[in-house]
Amino acid sequence: MGLTVGGAVAIEVEHLSKTYEGTVTAVEDVSFQVSTGEVFGLLGPNGAGKTTTLRVLITVLRPSGGTARVLGLDVSEQADAVRRAIGYVPQERAIDRFLTGREHLQLLADLYHIPKNKAAARIDEVLKLVNLEQKADEVARNYSGGMKRKLDIACGLIPNPKVLFMDEPTLGLDVESRLKIWEHIRHLKARGITILLTTNYLDEADQLCDRIAIIDGGRVKAIGAPNALKSGLGGDIVTLTLAVGDLDKVEALTQIIKGQSGVKAVSTKHHVLDIRVASPEATLPAILAAVTARGCRLEFVDYHRPRLDDVFLAHTGRRMKEDV
Amino acid sequence: MNDYVQEVGALTTRWVKRLSRERFSLLFTLAQPMVFWLIFFGNLFQKTANTDIVQAPSYIAFLAAGVVVMTILNNGLAGGTDLLFDKENGFLERMMSTPISRTSIVISRFLFVMAITSGQVLVILGVAYLYGVHPVTGLGGVAVIILIGLLFGVGLTAISMALAFSVKSHGDFFSMLGFLSLPMIFLSSALVPLSAMPGWMAILAQLNPMTWAIDAVRPLILTGWDAALPKIGIVVIVMAVFDALCLWGAARAFRKTLG
Repeated sequence: MGLTVGGAVAIEVEHLSKTYEGTVTAVEDVSFQVSTGEVFGLLGPNGAGKTTTLRVLITVLRPSGGTARVLGLDVSEQADAVRRAIGYVPQERAIDRFLTGREHLQLLADLYHIPKNKAAARIDEVLKLVNLEQKADEVARNYSGGMKRKLDIACGLIPNPKVLFMDEPTLGLDVESRLKIWEHIRHLKARGITILLTTNYLDEADQLCDRIAIIDGGRVKAIGAPNALKSGLGGDIVTLTLAVGDLDKVEALTQIIKGQSGVKAVSTKHHVLDIRVASPEATLPAILAAVTARGCRLEFVDYHRPRLDDVFLAHTGRRMKEDV
Repeated sequence: MNDYVQEVGALTTRWVKRLSRERFSLLFTLAQPMVFWLIFFGNLFQKTANTDIVQAPSYIAFLAAGVVVMTILNNGLAGGTDLLFDKENGFLERMMSTPISRTSIVISRFLFVMAITSGQVLVILGVAYLYGVHPVTGLGGVAVIILIGLLFGVGLTAISMALAFSVKSHGDFFSMLGFLSLPMIFLSSALVPLSAMPGWMAILAQLNPMTWAIDAVRPLILTGWDAALPKIGIVVIVMAVFDALCLWGAARAFRKTLG
């Protein structure tokens, strides 16, 4: 296993592919590395191949091609050793509603072969970590979505893992619970746990992850820190929405704006112009002057720093929300 | 080895806890439909049934062995249900991501289903006792009846778990179970002896392992050890073949899901 800047490699995926029943390709030639202590996100829409990748890494799915290693252990050849080293937080439905929170944790402690005399202390510790002590002895049927999520995380922490895998950690949660779960994840990172999570929330990838891999159609489209990916787009974005009546003037206006200094690229869709600029302070007045000179009427002007949404669009050719 | 005992123990405990928390399910499991077969069906046909043909003092006495084995059948075939839900809601995947032996989930299920089945067989025999059906071979005979039940139950539970792992939806699972269970009952010696069946049905019934189980249980209740022992010998062989086939087929399905 190699080294990257910032520390040892915790997860290493090389040319991973997974084909179901010989025909349906879920994941194709996926490669990425996660450094120790990182929070790494797999970002993509539903069906992009995030969960398939995750399932290979937690050893419940065999890859069709390529290799994947967790802490230097091969997920196919050394599956049992991988299982001992990792924790897994599945999506919220994987709760037995007839068991109490504590009983879930007791079951998991036994499945990780923790001796009975040590299990009780470990269970109390993880319950405290996710603030679930008060409800530990209630059956999970009575839990709210946020509490189930906390129990999920507690279950994943029972083996005291070095690497934690989380599948859509805040899917379907209300805003408040979501922020709490983020807080827990940051807390775990501070304890030195490497975390790989899947998400289809742009803000989650943006605010929580040190680095992300954008996955679409089973392939990795881009990898990097959210800020690096955003600045990699090369500039801020000015969006002009012209009045529909001025549709005939759009083409000419586009050409003029393209000629302005400081304008990096212009993409036009109907009567909307997305203009990428190096410095909006210098370029915006010139753009607006051009609009006035051509006698175009503006309906709406928007200026923003590149968002992860724009990164997704730039790398996949579509917006993430479009297929929802 | 200690690890294995710990994980199988924990998994089995979970099945027991689930059952004890589902009060209605527990009630229906214990006072379950098979008792109604014995009471309603048995009494319904008491007068129409010809005791010369059924070769028993009463129809209920004849039916008792059939209902015992029907209990084993239904329990075994339903044995995979909880795993089906675990597969669908992701709990199975949670368990599979832990460092447990791949067999312990299956073994825990066998243990649980076998324990429940044994309990239910005792309930059926208890109800039959109230109707005057006293097994002539005594408690020793009852023990052998339970052992026969376990032999048959292993194969059935294996089929059910394999089905749970293989089906695409739980609708498929339950419709396949429904499809299997009634013909198994009608094409067996549970309700009438083979000699009273139309020829083609009797032939099919002889291919049904359930018939052999019933034919061994019935003399243990009605006639005695001398009549029962040869039948027990046969049923052990039949069940060895049946279980081997079921486990072989199920192992393939398990490997596909459990890796």
